[in-house]
Amino acid sequence: MGIDLPLIWAIIIAFGLMMYVIMDGFDLGIGILFPFVRDREDRDTMINTVAPVWDGNETWLVLGGAGLLAAFPLAYAVVLSALYLPLVLMLAGLIWRGVAFEFRFKSDEAHRPFWDKAFTWGSYIATFSQGVALGAFINGFRVEDGAYAGGLLDWLTPFSLFTGAGLLIAYALLGATWLVMKTEGPLQERMRALGRPVTLALLATIVIVSLWTPLIHADVAARWFSQPNLFFFAPVPALVLLASWALLKTLRGEGHAAPFLLTLILLFLGYTGLAISLWPHIIPPDVTIWAAAAPPQSMGFTLVGALFIIPFILAYTAWSYYVFRGKVKAGEGYH
Amino acid sequence: MLGLTALELARIQFGFTISFHIIFPAITIGLASYLVVLEGLWLWKKNPVYRELYHFWLGIFAVNFAMGVVSGLVMAYQFGTNWSYFSTFAGSITGPLLTYEVLTAFFLEAGFLGVMLFGWNRVGPGLHFFATIMVALGTLVSATWILASNSWMQTPQGYEIIDGRVVPVDWIKVIFNPSFPYRLAHMTMAAYLATALFVGAGGAWHLLKGRDTPAVRKMLSMSLWMVLLVAPLQIGLGDLHGLNTLKHQPAKIAAMEGHWENEPGKSVPLILFGLPDMKAETTRYAIALPYLGSLILTHDINGQVPGLKDFPAADRPNSTIVFWSFRVMAGLGFLMLFLGLWGLWARRGQRLYRSKYLQRFALIMGPGGLIAILAGWFTTEIGRQPWVVYGVMRTEDAVSDHSVLALSTTLILFIVMYVAVFGTGISYMLQLVASGPKAEHDPARDEQPHETGQSLRAARPLSAAPDDIDPTPDQRER
Ligand code: HDD
Ligand code: HEM
Ligand code: HEM
Repeated sequence: MGIDLPLIWAIIIAFGLMMYVIMDGFDLGIGILFPFVRDREDRDTMINTVAPVWDGNETWLVLGGAGLLAAFPLAYAVVLSALYLPLVLMLAGLIWRGVAFEFRFKSDEAHRPFWDKAFTWGSYIATFSQGVALGAFINGFRVEDGAYAGGLLDWLTPFSLFTGAGLLIAYALLGATWLVMKTEGPLQERMRALGRPVTLALLATIVIVSLWTPLIHADVAARWFSQPNLFFFAPVPALVLLASWALLKTLRGEGHAAPFLLTLILLFLGYTGLAISLWPHIIPPDVTIWAAAAPPQSMGFTLVGALFIIPFILAYTAWSYYVFRGKVKAGEGYH
Repeated sequence: MLGLTALELARIQFGFTISFHIIFPAITIGLASYLVVLEGLWLWKKNPVYRELYHFWLGIFAVNFAMGVVSGLVMAYQFGTNWSYFSTFAGSITGPLLTYEVLTAFFLEAGFLGVMLFGWNRVGPGLHFFATIMVALGTLVSATWILASNSWMQTPQGYEIIDGRVVPVDWIKVIFNPSFPYRLAHMTMAAYLATALFVGAGGAWHLLKGRDTPAVRKMLSMSLWMVLLVAPLQIGLGDLHGLNTLKHQPAKIAAMEGHWENEPGKSVPLILFGLPDMKAETTRYAIALPYLGSLILTHDINGQVPGLKDFPAADRPNSTIVFWSFRVMAGLGFLMLFLGLWGLWARRGQRLYRSKYLQRFALIMGPGGLIAILAGWFTTEIGRQPWVVYGVMRTEDAVSDHSVLALSTTLILFIVMYVAVFGTGISYMLQLVASGPKAEHDPARDEQPHETGQSLRAARPLSAAPDDIDPTPDQRER
């Protein structure tokens, strides 16, 4: 049969995770930026820009998990048990963050600062844990007899801590540029100003990760610097620089949607770099997508539904964003 | 921790997190359908009471939904973190079912939730009603898939085991496995009952406090009709569910009945109360009614039911627990039936809105549906032990290799966090119920015919739940 089911599923899952990073990225980014905005009305506005959509954004994370279980059960089992502690922390963060959306408007004055803090801390912990998990994933896992064979704390390395911090910066930039698009007046100015140093920090992070990864992983280095590949990858760094430059420029200027779109491009470039480093492994460094694949009966059955339904999901998600388009004004929502 | 093994800790962690989770979906499923009915009635009859009730319950729905989402997120990851051997072995079946749930249900709920909660003044009435319907549909589709998955674990079929893992061969058989229709019907009705009781208790509470408004009356009246209708249906469904279980999981039925020895040719008594003792292999202090066991379990006065001693000791579920959890559920079922009938009787001469005894009873029964749901799931899941996939994989072979230290740490984290977060959330929900529905003016809806909502600004708070909760709800608008 000509259809390479594991390949198609790897693409679907990668797509789902990218949607998650982008969409929940700006939700979490708003939590990350909370400490930099003190005014209560501004904070309300910030939350209002995402309140109608955050649940849908988070659903992409559930799709990533479920799709992994359906298509690559072995990877789901190994990676999730290897990343036990960071994932529990991520879930804990997402719980506090998620309920704070509703709770902070329901609590009385005395408790409101508490839920604001829960929102902030939840966002920081969830993001940092995701970044750490990502770093640990790049580092790879020890697998024996089809099960995770490493220790409870194998994920804890300087590299993974660095990627944790790196993801905080990435989401902060997504959040800031999202707010440039969705707000106006002083809050928007504040976000423009914040966006510039964060852009530079993200650029530095991308450079460091790009150097650090091949340094500690000879196989990744080999893949990057071997002949035809090098030719294809060469434009990526140039594009990253170009996008960062344009981003800095639009943040200084009048652009409303442009900074957010440029941030998306920047993250997409980083994401492809990552995909290239890991391909075709689903449990780095050794287990490939074909070795971890579910039986074709499972992949095929789920694929039919996925290909049919995902377009509908994208359509009504887009409609929902359309309904809530435009600037969110201060004081518009709450009395 | 406390001398528990890693397996026991993993089981406690799963049982604890899912027990919290199921409370929220049950109310989500019920309230979503209730909101569809309310909005439909408002659009049809234009009686503002329905709109008032819609907005009132929408705020409570929003808080509940957020808790359902975050507690569900934990469940979706726990199969990998805590039950990795189960996932490797059976992920080829539970994974696709969960993926279909995400694709057909979770996205549908999430995609239309924003419009449902915040879009009252941004889209036309028809489109808003459509969003409410889509959210309700999503909750029911969600229940369908997850119960197909759970039912397959209870009564597996349509698969083969190749190279030490499950390979699905017939998806129709996998999904429509023998216990699935019963479980789906019983659980959906359970969610409706639990919500009806919750709503009814809200109405009863306000009447008891002397706040007798049309909206409060409507609340109580609607919910008691629902209980009257669904409680008998649920008892009938439960009976059929039991017949099905006897066929596929006889050890579970024996444990539920505290039934140790089957004497061929003699009919089985019904043990009303007793204390099953797993070590002594007997049920102590039993109060038994002759013949009834056979009659209820097989619908035949001489029907035979295998006893627990017919199964090897290692394959027996814990009868002490399921005997009692089953009785809690069934007992509550009959109390609900009684409430429904009492409500019907009290409608004559409007005593429904005056009888303090009836209202107090309705108030006490408020959490009854949720307790019955938990008791039901305890019966089902503990009665399935020691199997995780019935007759195919044992629970002890399913668990990840985490240490006792790791599991105790995360278990304590979950317990502290769940109690703090969901405890607060539930108390906010109750305060919202106590604040009562408010008559509202909605100029956008009342005066002008609706346009596409382009420039209309939200007239209500953007948060679906009203802002400050008034702790002394006595100064209501009327
Ligand atoms: C009978 C119904 C039922 C049962 C038995 C379960 N759930 Fe649930 N779940 C729902 C009914 C539901 C729901 C009604 O669809 C929820 C409740 C609130 C919500 O947002 O959707 C939900 C939410 C929900 C979410 C969040 C979805 C989102 O992001 O919108 C996840 C990931 C899960 N569930 C996963 C699970 C898993 C892995 C379960 C089993 C172990 C489980 N649920 C049992
Ligand atoms: C939603 C309501 C549910 C509740 C309240 C519930 C309750 C429980 C409880 C109390 C246990 C522990 C049993 C024991 O250790 O003796 C358990 C175990 C388990 N249940 Fe459920 N369950 C529910 C639904 C589900 C669903 C929908 C699934 C699968 C899709 C599921 C799969 C499991 C698994 C995998 C275990 C672990 C194995 C075990 O400890 O027995 N459960 N559940
Ligand atoms: C007298 C009435 C009832 C009878 C005879 C009955 C019967 C049963 C039986 C036999 C089971 C176990 C099925 C199995 O594990 O295979 C069960 C499970 C369950 N029951 Fe009931 N039940 C009754 C009332 C209720 C009520 C009132 C509720 C909730 C409002 C409820 C909620 C549940 C739930 C949530 C489960 C677990 C899911 C499932 O297996 O369907 N039951 N019931």
